[in-house]
Amino acid sequence: MALDDFKDVIHRCFRCGYCKFTSNYTDFNCPPYNKFRLETFSPGGRMWLIRAMMLKDIEPSQHLADILYSCTMCANCVEECRFKFHDDIVDIIMEGKASLVESGMVPPTARDFFKNIYLSGNPWKEPQQKRGDWARHYGIPVYKPGDEYLYYVGCIGSYDQRVQKMAGAFGQLLLRAGLSFGILGEDEYCDGNEVLMMGEQGLFEYLAQKNIELFKERRVNKIVTLSPHAYNVMRNKYPRLGGDFEVVHYTELLKELISSGRLKVPGGRKIKVTYHDPCFLGRWNSIYDEPREVLESVDGVELVEMRRNRENAFCCGGGGGNFYTDIIGGGESSPSRIRVREAADTGADIIAVACPTCMTMIEDGLKGEDLDEKIMCNDISEIVLDAITSAEEG
Amino acid sequence: MPVKDGNSLYAGLTDILGQEFVSKEPEELYIYSRDSSANPPRPVDYVVMPSSVEEVQAIVKLASSKGIPLIPMGAALNLEGLTLPLKGGIVVDMRRMDKIIEVSEMDRYALVEAGVSQGKLISYLEEKYPMLQHSVPDAPPSATVAGSCLICGYGHLSTNYGTHAEMVNGLEVVLPTGEILRTGSAMLSTSLWFGRGSLPDLTGLFLGWLGTTGIVTKLSIRLYPRPPIRDMVIYMMQDSSIVPDVVYRITHTEVAEDVSIVGQERPEWMKGYQIIAAYVSAHTEKELDLKKSYLKRISKEEFKSKVSFMEEAPGELKEQFMELPFFATKVADWKKGGGFEYVGAIMPIDTLPEAWEKGIDIAHRFDMLYSYAIRVVEGGHHVLFTYSYPFNRADEVSMHNALSALKETQKLSLALGAIPWKPEVDGQKEIIKKMDKGTFKLMQRIRKLLDPGGIMNPGNWEVD
Repeated sequence: MALDDFKDVIHRCFRCGYCKFTSNYTDFNCPPYNKFRLETFSPGGRMWLIRAMMLKDIEPSQHLADILYSCTMCANCVEECRFKFHDDIVDIIMEGKASLVESGMVPPTARDFFKNIYLSGNPWKEPQQKRGDWARHYGIPVYKPGDEYLYYVGCIGSYDQRVQKMAGAFGQLLLRAGLSFGILGEDEYCDGNEVLMMGEQGLFEYLAQKNIELFKERRVNKIVTLSPHAYNVMRNKYPRLGGDFEVVHYTELLKELISSGRLKVPGGRKIKVTYHDPCFLGRWNSIYDEPREVLESVDGVELVEMRRNRENAFCCGGGGGNFYTDIIGGGESSPSRIRVREAADTGADIIAVACPTCMTMIEDGLKGEDLDEKIMCNDISEIVLDAITSAEEG
Repeated sequence: MPVKDGNSLYAGLTDILGQEFVSKEPEELYIYSRDSSANPPRPVDYVVMPSSVEEVQAIVKLASSKGIPLIPMGAALNLEGLTLPLKGGIVVDMRRMDKIIEVSEMDRYALVEAGVSQGKLISYLEEKYPMLQHSVPDAPPSATVAGSCLICGYGHLSTNYGTHAEMVNGLEVVLPTGEILRTGSAMLSTSLWFGRGSLPDLTGLFLGWLGTTGIVTKLSIRLYPRPPIRDMVIYMMQDSSIVPDVVYRITHTEVAEDVSIVGQERPEWMKGYQIIAAYVSAHTEKELDLKKSYLKRISKEEFKSKVSFMEEAPGELKEQFMELPFFATKVADWKKGGGFEYVGAIMPIDTLPEAWEKGIDIAHRFDMLYSYAIRVVEGGHHVLFTYSYPFNRADEVSMHNALSALKETQKLSLALGAIPWKPEVDGQKEIIKKMDKGTFKLMQRIRKLLDPGGIMNPGNWEVD
């Protein structure tokens, strides 16, 4: 796709503003609009600015780049826009960013993000050979042809110390379920979802092709992803590039393992849990029930909903590369801090996440709000694993 | 006209608001210089977003000291270019002032800051005060409550209570000199917001003046009981000349909560019909049935074959008509072009047949389909007749046609003795031409008194 492909659509936005809200209008649910409040930072504002750029009414600029790159691609606008072109909104924003990439006018942090991924395969310039180090501690095997699942971990799960525990928890559950699986370890490469969402289409294709070739070479049929971002891109974008694999998110697989009895989950301690829907699992791929069903299968878990949940969930603020570029982070009005305040209102002991990006953002939000001593952020696998090990320890 | 002394003005604004909420970037200037109407863009010099009355005061004093125009803005959804600066200046986007300060359940009012959106108040009342409702305009939920009151807006399922301007209990306003004024019962105490009382009614100095007399920072509006049961009946006819009589009979029963009239060429089955929707609310099903039976009798006994009556509206139509806020933007998308204009003409109801027929001529002359939505106000004292002109922003001919149709319709309205609602700048001039000269002079004197520097939304309500 190119921006020109949307020339018959882009002018149709009225800036009526339904896209800013939740479905019942309780809150502004577009993270950058909620933070900056200028009309330019709303989905409609972006649509009009991208059109203005197409018409050469405005020039690409750093400020325009900040406006477009502050979009977390949470797809609330897609959910709430009342017009038939609603599906096109995030694609148009993605193409707007692609135009900025072409004109060399991206935020410096986005430029660094692309460069690091191109040179090192991850955003932090971490050594590729250390990508699988975390797994040794948990005894998680390397994938070999014939294994049922490739466990795709992703950049954050591979390098972020907190998220490595999340990756480890899921790996241990797979081991306990007796599934044949493995990771790619030092051969794993960035999935490219954020690169695509940030408009670097050439780099995305390079990453996707590289992954597809590797998966084919290793005779991969089924992929289970830790990250909803990887899930999204591998499920929805890789097929067009020849990568037709059966892709599931780990919460879907957990649900199946538990309901089939392959994974026994005894009762754990009594805890109140609220679940934060990741945008790339929920709004992008309509997976709302499976994570909740997994949580509810743990005896002792009381699941309580935040005011904004499911289709109306408020984004943690990390999508569209913002976990790295940090354009909308900082201050009380940062999305992650708003979200943890909302979680605190439920009285929950734990904010359950199902996404590495959400985990890093929510952890930051808890620290920012000084709530990290009161509420824990746990991934769903960690909650399930804790219930199992607690029962075993008596 | 570029603002003189720009650097010191920018520094002054950022001193007040911080850099985050002051912009002179081309992107903000581009967006705030345009709205969804067919009006041409109007250059903006700065955009600011205050969060308190003190910040508004400081901005006003600064602008006043430098003679810079100020253009207060809600959500800019008036579709008439009323928040596009006619003489440059600072657009004051009020939407950071979005607190619902107080709801008095007993006295049925809400005190809100000027940037509170319709959506926020709808959801707040639904959650906290489910027995109460406010009058919701046919605008998206992002429209502001204050904006609709200040342009004398109209609400869906609530026009029996009058216009939004009439629902205002009182205002807090920063005058163009920087002083704060409170009107209505709040004149006596900052904690009294229950009504306008019998004091000199200064509220009117800010209603319908299109931001030329001050910046409203908070307002109290009336709330109404939310009926537990709501339904609608439909009358259909193919003769616009009988519409006033049918409406008269419906309103005379005093059982309809609201009455509106629709006419449009698409979908095809609606072409040529006048469709009157009478909404009925009740506390019990028995009460509802009784009210509907009164309304049924009108068509059956008084208009017989001339009027078809539907006791049950078709599901989709009913859903569409009962939705709050009413999704008027659907009509706006007819041209699939992201542009929408309409003329609202406030008129006596017996003018309706002529307005109907002549409106069709105008629409067809400018390559449009006619589309009317008419609200019967205050139980039939007058109607608001709206002529819709959706257009394609990517097509200059379509934009030109919409604007031409708009101007023709404004002229028609004035010729019919109607008052164009929230008129754009050319419409204002047409009204002034027709206005009593002494009255217009008094308006000018009032403005001069309130705004000696002429900084408030200049160009509006003025002759060249």
